[in-house]
Amino acid sequence: MFALTVNGTRQQVDVAPDTPLLWVLRDNLGITSVKYSCGIAECGMCTVLIDGTARRSCVVPIEEVDGSAITTIEGLPDDHPVKIAWIEKQVPQCGYCQPGIMLQTVDFLSRVPHPSETEINNAMDDVICRCGSHPRIRKAIRMAAKITASQGG
Amino acid sequence: MDKAMTRRSFLKTGSLVIAAATVANSTELFNASQVYGSAEMPFKPHAFLEIRADDTVVVWVGQTNLGQGTHTGLAMVIADELDASWGNVQVKMALAADPFKDPVWHAQLTGGSTSFRHRWDLLRSVGAAARQMLLEAAAQQWGLNAGECKASEGKIIHPDGRSLRYGQLVETAGKRAVPVNPQLKNPAAHTIIGTQKARLDIPDKVQGKTVYGFDFTLPGMCVAVVARPPRYGAVPEAYNADAAMAVKGVIKVIPLEERIAVCAENTYAAMRGRNALDLKWSEGSHPNLSDEMIAAVFTDSLKKKGADAGKKGGVDQALATASQTLQQEYSLPYLSHGQVEPINCTAHVEKDRCRIWIPTQMQTATQMTASSLTGLPIENVEVMTLPAGGGFGLRGEQDPVVDSVLLSQALDRPVKVIWTREDDFIHGYFRPANRSRVQAGLDEHGQIICWDHTIAAPSVMSRVMPHAVVDGIDPDAVSGVSDMVYTFANHAVHYVMVNLPVTVGWWRSVGFSSNIFAVESFMDELAHAAGKDPVLFRLAHMEKGSRSYDVLALLAEKGGWNTPVPAGRARGVAVSACFESFAAHMAEVSVGENGNVKVHRVVCALDCGTAIYPDAIKAQAEAGVVMGLSAAFHEQVSFAKGGVKTANYDDYPVLTMSDVPEVEVFIAKNDFKAGGVGEPVLPSVAPAVANAIFKASGIRLRELPFRKDLLKQG
Ligand code: FES
Ligand code: FES
Repeated sequence: MFALTVNGTRQQVDVAPDTPLLWVLRDNLGITSVKYSCGIAECGMCTVLIDGTARRSCVVPIEEVDGSAITTIEGLPDDHPVKIAWIEKQVPQCGYCQPGIMLQTVDFLSRVPHPSETEINNAMDDVICRCGSHPRIRKAIRMAAKITASQGG
Repeated sequence: MDKAMTRRSFLKTGSLVIAAATVANSTELFNASQVYGSAEMPFKPHAFLEIRADDTVVVWVGQTNLGQGTHTGLAMVIADELDASWGNVQVKMALAADPFKDPVWHAQLTGGSTSFRHRWDLLRSVGAAARQMLLEAAAQQWGLNAGECKASEGKIIHPDGRSLRYGQLVETAGKRAVPVNPQLKNPAAHTIIGTQKARLDIPDKVQGKTVYGFDFTLPGMCVAVVARPPRYGAVPEAYNADAAMAVKGVIKVIPLEERIAVCAENTYAAMRGRNALDLKWSEGSHPNLSDEMIAAVFTDSLKKKGADAGKKGGVDQALATASQTLQQEYSLPYLSHGQVEPINCTAHVEKDRCRIWIPTQMQTATQMTASSLTGLPIENVEVMTLPAGGGFGLRGEQDPVVDSVLLSQALDRPVKVIWTREDDFIHGYFRPANRSRVQAGLDEHGQIICWDHTIAAPSVMSRVMPHAVVDGIDPDAVSGVSDMVYTFANHAVHYVMVNLPVTVGWWRSVGFSSNIFAVESFMDELAHAAGKDPVLFRLAHMEKGSRSYDVLALLAEKGGWNTPVPAGRARGVAVSACFESFAAHMAEVSVGENGNVKVHRVVCALDCGTAIYPDAIKAQAEAGVVMGLSAAFHEQVSFAKGGVKTANYDDYPVLTMSDVPEVEVFIAKNDFKAGGVGEPVLPSVAPAVANAIFKASGIRLRELPFRKDLLKQG
């Protein structure tokens, strides 16, 4: 038995200790906003926040995060600056990559609240968006940073 | 009865003929999830449109949501002609049904950038017909002629200023005959087409609520992962079903011809079960297949004369008189779609019906596949199209449909078949590799007098539309060469069909995406040989005032072709026309001493006719630049030991953020019929960059992906 707090709700799961967190979230807890695409930490689509840090859940065994707090995209408020910016800048195309990228952005902006263009490029250089929404992701990150700053956050 | 009659008369004429009369309930046959549920529908003049008493306007679509913004765009066209209040408009995905078939291709599919260009009149007529019925209904209620009333923002307005909301009129409007020839708006009167709208599917995508095929689930469903041959023609020789069954959650191991399916209670168990099979495969049909072997086949093929795929004038005679001749070869690799959501399909076969939930680009083909496997009539195969995590042409393939239907039959329960990323690469239907040789002659003024082009490439159509391959010519394989934007007095095209076991399929902008690289690179080489400006040289070979001419001129003007280039950078251009649209790109690059290319800026000019939904067009154009650059710099499927070697994104890097340039998009303003967008914005990207690299470095890259080592040596 492993325990997780997912988006504020305590959950218990009975799975093999090496089961990747991705499949615990999807298969056992039914949270399908956390996407599978590569399974080898190459794409960033399975990213969740583990105790506030963005990590690729496809390569995180459940035993390693027993007792942790997990945030998925549903765990961010509907009017979270990143969500507002993503809608305002009309970022998603297919949208499949976006929850992971948005969560990575949340982590990034918490560490680098006023990012430069280069810092944005570097921070987002390890995610895949096959649809090519990159120009808009960049704009949305800048906007989310601004909203957060104006909220004094 | 009345309704059916009127509907039929509406559908009988002109472009509306495709819609069938049997659609009253076709979109409501089952309720896959509450998202697709719908309340009463008092006014449904056409399968595409329903107006409810609460004023809600529901636009039913048959096009796949691949992220291209089409759903919102389709609704914009209908809502505009309807004079709907945009805030009341919703879009819903319909079950596959006849009215949603492509009016030109007679099958329901999303591909070929057809969503608007094949439905331009139909979509507008649907909105206009409903509007007229509402006008007549209100006029009758007021004792006026319809012509005295006005429609605006979801209301019919009385000359004295009173108004009735559409919702108040649905009952009476629904009793009226559907007009056969509704009056379409003058483009100047459009209030929604051409305006900025927020995409209707984006909020759910941002909140993580969108249920893609991979996420779909049903009570009692099991998940299957299918072991497929890792090499072409291989079959299983031995496997350990017990070991797979020993994995917790595995339900059954089911052989399907040359494949072995592992069915489990959940995805992870199915994946682990498949790994446990410890499969031994036979050597396969082409054990020597490798990158080297493929290269040799292409080299040999290009030596052949090939089939005559176009002939005008006399190329040989013209060459003999040319004051300068030039010949070059170009090469492009096999490409994977790399769409982020792996292939999947959920099926539930019951006694009298088969239901399928799939992010497919080809609904009709899906129905036919399931029908032939189950023996059920097509009408009893219900296909619900789920949102897709990208597609780019891949999602018409039927493999997951076959497997999910067979497995659902075997297990008598719903089955979702999923592919892993490795499955997606190894069992892909790739963009065909392409080798070409082009020879041209210039006269003493530097004008092209002849163009001789031989293409060696595998044929997609031989597999998917064999009847379209006539006299050994696959029209797709020569597209962009047999139908160039330039006119030459003497022009010959030859096609050598390359036969290899590698499966090939549609990939965004299909044959154009390969051939335009050769055409537009060679045009640049000729301009250079002629000592001419690349833009002027191209314009000099186009019909003045043609749409390709104008789009290139627009690019040069808006992109600042004639303005000073920032220090250390160089510019290149390319132009192409496909799917009834015209696009041109200008790239601004610098080349470092180490051979590193930096693309600073790409400008796209696009003429896609009426620009229905400018922001989605812009998004597609940005995306075309990213995908085009990705193909230019990185992408290549590798083969070894009789099969595909590329297995995951680490073997198949795609363009990422720091290499994405600034993208500027300029859309031509006109009110021509809407053309394609998703595909036309891609082909001229790679050659524009290659041409800019040449300008910057003096080195001509004729092979994709670009080889950095060639630039270093320079
Ligand atoms: S699925 Fe985890 S990084 Fe790609
Ligand atoms: S929006 Fe489709 S992969 Fe990013």
